[in-house]
Amino acid sequence: MEDGDRSKMILITQLAKEKLHYFEFVKPIEDVLRKNNIEFKSTHYKLIDESIFLDTDKIIISGTSLKDNDFLEDLEDFKWIRHLDKPILGICGGMHILGLLFNGELKKQQEIGLTKINFEKEFLGLNGSVEVYELHNYSVESKDFNVIAKSNYCIQAIKHKTKPLYGVLFHPEVRNKDLLLNFANL
Amino acid sequence: MKCAVLFSGGKDSAYAAYLAKKQGYEISCLISIISKNPDSYMFHTPSISKVKKQAEAMDLPLIIQETEGDKEEELIDLENAIKEAKNKYKIESVITGAVESVYQTSRIQRICDKLNLECFNPLWQKDQIELLHDLMKNDFKIVLTGVFAYPLDKTWLGKEINKRFIEETEKLYDKYKINPAGEGGEYESFVLNCPLFAKELKIEDKQISGKKNSWKMEIEVK
Repeated sequence: MEDGDRSKMILITQLAKEKLHYFEFVKPIEDVLRKNNIEFKSTHYKLIDESIFLDTDKIIISGTSLKDNDFLEDLEDFKWIRHLDKPILGICGGMHILGLLFNGELKKQQEIGLTKINFEKEFLGLNGSVEVYELHNYSVESKDFNVIAKSNYCIQAIKHKTKPLYGVLFHPEVRNKDLLLNFANL
Repeated sequence: MKCAVLFSGGKDSAYAAYLAKKQGYEISCLISIISKNPDSYMFHTPSISKVKKQAEAMDLPLIIQETEGDKEEELIDLENAIKEAKNKYKIESVITGAVESVYQTSRIQRICDKLNLECFNPLWQKDQIELLHDLMKNDFKIVLTGVFAYPLDKTWLGKEINKRFIEETEKLYDKYKINPAGEGGEYESFVLNCPLFAKELKIEDKQISGKKNSWKMEIEVK
């Protein structure tokens, strides 16, 4: 293995309670990385042991279904996010976790389907008005993050003020696959 | 978990059902929507009356819901069918074979959310060629029953999805951007056999109709 490859080892942290949701919320992310020859490993959050971070360079936290909020009861299982100094991208439920771990709170807000959102500045390759796929019942707000994009209803993309933590409420694996690659290539 | 499968009789919904079963989910019933609108955005219509035979082969109850196929009306009809499945078979979730259609998926997601049901789309964003290979690997026997886009024509009706078919459609994809798995509505398929069936269905009779690049093959199966 070349050193260049090692710097891109991605850990996909799975959130979904239901096994069948792997195919819908995790595999599409894996497929994007696989097609672009980016190395990754993929594990459910309940199975994460801190030793896994030794050869991990970046982390993607997947989303899950509208009805699945079990992970919100397990925030303690994500405490590694607070002290790990590695880039993390939280998608949908993954963004909820990032916000909640840093003094944020959830707001009831449903959006389903394609939506135009607006990026105030460049964010992992996206900028200006962009069409994205939404599937969420909650949004999250935290003062520890800068807001980079919003829809008509809520915050859509955030970046932590001091740490390399990125959150998107929409699902980039559906219509904005390049965002995943831009994160992997940071 | 008890599931209802939104079942069109084609390869995608059958493969979604197969994946669910393989993961240990209990399929309690199938739901088929028969749209009188041939251009429905939501539902595939060819050969849908033959889903009864497929349901028998799977030994599963089938809820058939007819719809006039007007945009909003067909959503109400779909919701009613899912409600019926919930009342009758105590389903806790709905499974679809959606791959790319955001239009279809987001509407089903809304209905499931309203009825407090889980929604599963196990083929979501799946690579089209990978899907065709998976179908072959898992012994799905599938024929084309409709073609709706240039350069597909009458000669494609009745073709089986096999290695040669995949090679031919890959070439067409490169040249014409035809979706190799047909989910863009370029073609429609019918499952004659798969691991969920107790026996293979045989084509007894077929009637071909259409013109230019829009052809249908109505089949009778036994």
